Amino acid sequence: MRWIFTGLLAASIAFFSGCNKSDSGSANSNQILIGHVASLTGDTATFGVSADEGIRLALDEINAAGGVLGKPVKVLTEDDRSLSDEAKTAANKLITKDHVCAILGEIASSRSIAIAPVCEDAKIPMLSPGSTNPKVTKGYQYVFRNCFIDPFQGSAMANFAMKNLGFKKFAILYPANSDYGVGLRDVFRDAVTKAGGQILVEVAYTEKSDVDFHSQLTKIKETNPDAIFDSGYYTEAGLIAKQARELGITCPILGGDGWDSDQTVKIGGQAIEGCYFSNHYSPDEDSPQVKKFVADYQKKFNGKIPDAMAILAYDSMRIMTDAIKRAGSTDGTKIRDALAATKDFPGASGVTTIDSEHNAKKSVVILKIEHGKFNYAGTVKPE
Amino acid sequence: MQQLLQQIINGISVGSIYALIAVGYTMVYGVLQLINFAHGDVFMVGAIVSFYAASRRIAPTMPWWLHVAIIAALALGFVVQLLIGRDWRTALRRVLPFIILYLVIVPGLLIVSAISHSSRLGSSSWAMAGFALLVALLACGTLGFTIERLAYRPLRNKPRINSLITAIGISLLLEFGGQNPAVFGPTPQAYPEVIPRVTEPLVNFHVHVGRLLNVVVVLTKVDVLVIGTTLFLMIVLTWIVLKTRTGLALRAVSYRFDTSALMGIDIDRVVSVTFVLGSCLAAVAGVLYAVKYPKVEPLMGLLPGIKAFVAAVFGGIGNIAGAVVGALILGLVEALVVGFLNNGSQYRDAVAFVILIVILLVKPSGLLGKHVVEKV
Repeated sequence: MRWIFTGLLAASIAFFSGCNKSDSGSANSNQILIGHVASLTGDTATFGVSADEGIRLALDEINAAGGVLGKPVKVLTEDDRSLSDEAKTAANKLITKDHVCAILGEIASSRSIAIAPVCEDAKIPMLSPGSTNPKVTKGYQYVFRNCFIDPFQGSAMANFAMKNLGFKKFAILYPANSDYGVGLRDVFRDAVTKAGGQILVEVAYTEKSDVDFHSQLTKIKETNPDAIFDSGYYTEAGLIAKQARELGITCPILGGDGWDSDQTVKIGGQAIEGCYFSNHYSPDEDSPQVKKFVADYQKKFNGKIPDAMAILAYDSMRIMTDAIKRAGSTDGTKIRDALAATKDFPGASGVTTIDSEHNAKKSVVILKIEHGKFNYAGTVKPE
Repeated sequence: MQQLLQQIINGISVGSIYALIAVGYTMVYGVLQLINFAHGDVFMVGAIVSFYAASRRIAPTMPWWLHVAIIAALALGFVVQLLIGRDWRTALRRVLPFIILYLVIVPGLLIVSAISHSSRLGSSSWAMAGFALLVALLACGTLGFTIERLAYRPLRNKPRINSLITAIGISLLLEFGGQNPAVFGPTPQAYPEVIPRVTEPLVNFHVHVGRLLNVVVVLTKVDVLVIGTTLFLMIVLTWIVLKTRTGLALRAVSYRFDTSALMGIDIDRVVSVTFVLGSCLAAVAGVLYAVKYPKVEPLMGLLPGIKAFVAAVFGGIGNIAGAVVGALILGLVEALVVGFLNNGSQYRDAVAFVILIVILLVKPSGLLGKHVVEKV
């Protein structure tokens, strides 16, 4: 009996180590490996799924055009289950075991902040498609992003709400345990006060664990604001809107790009109608690049309408391969230098230039939720 | 003042749901002195099963491998019984409840699926809500029965720590089993609006007391539903415990486990009834919770489960009225802390637990718990 077990054990060890070998053996052969850390499952799953779809679409085009440096490109996606620790582990695995030459991801700022030091230490360039918190790239040599940052997003929303919508008094509801949410709250508050508006009250909640916001909203209701700014993600936005309406709060709720998911409308339903949020793009935008992207994406993914994370990830993938092309090598430092020199790249989400702080200068689009859809409400251009 | 009254309503509404879960904890503890850590996950199963029912996604048949697995498990159970020296009659009697359960579930699934697809139910109606609740009750009742039978009963005469560890194991099994994409997956899903316009305000109370008080407080349909259901179920439960023979047996067993067996009470039956009752209450809580907060996922039972457990200890574990009182107090404390402390959402749980510690220091058996003299 014991012999059988020992034999089985030996066989399985041999089998698994065999698997490992064949995996890493392919790494430095004749293809270019890029890692993607994404939240394919978990709380903010639509971020990761959309980003991965955008990347796959770009990948098809790149490989159809003959790949990069004469080799086909392969993207390895690691799921982090929407958890910061897992994101770090995933990045470590991609770098040390799979030997990728660059990392794409994450979308959520907290998770990008977790990955950034890993990439920096390994001298592997990292390009986040959609993390907007300034801390993501600050002080790093190898970390970049393909989107605007929160100071711009927050002030754009504040100005739009005050000038175009005529609001003066705001209440803020923010997730106290999210880098993104706290950062966006600060920026929004500063922008409103600077423009002569008033923040009546700031109330915190706990992201990922809170489902009851009645107490917070009751507090907000007392102050009777023109609008509520919710700096959190889509997971909470729907519930917050629902419970606000329950308590008889009728004013619109404003949000950031963290709201960009079909789940916002699915959970929020009727309650979230008439609310606004800032985003990276609108699928209704009247530009040939956006139209082509939307058409290609819908063709590949059964008519699904691409969200902002999809288009940003699509562009990120193309910017990254463009940088590898210009670097002429898969050496991390050379790719980094090429990425930093990205200028006027013709992206689908707009012409992209990476500035000295490794951020992309892009316009903010304001969307309004009407009849369960995100309708274009305005654009704020960068100065 | 207006805010205070509104926060009290919010707190009672949340507390009522905690109460439904807490009662399950406390009943099992009363009978077995076992903390059933899987109880919060039975609550989650209730919410998720009703989600499948309400979104018409119940499959009429189980996948073939599940049939094979169940039949294999039944056969294995029978063989093991024979191997440990039982004669075939006893062995068959041990396995029989599960054979019956299996034979009921197979056509049951067919019927439930057929009903869920019938158009007469409507997608947002009281009929649909009732149906979803019924399915959740059946599923959770079965689950509670099975858990006790398979995981706790074999360990009943072993040291209590064994059952406790098993309970944690079952809890993790349900949580992470649920995260498997074939079962539910880790991504939260939006719960359909089964009851039409449930979150609309039902009444706006104008509380008017002379010149002192003149405020408007909102009571929504879902609040009324939650508080009313809890109230009703607590009355039914009290009736069962105090007025029926089963209730009498239940009280006897919780008073003296071994002696009641000598008095001719079928202890196994009483324990099963306790688990089924507790699980059904958890199922109702799960459905109400999902209606109130329309988002379901496999880890949703974790926090409410822990809070309900705390509430049960708070009120005096083993005491049903105590669990309800404890749960309501916990709900109120949470609402008031968030409402009146700056950054309250971060201190909410800390404050709740400090109050728990203080109460247990002053009164170690909990608010309504009885002090038990240890006999040497």
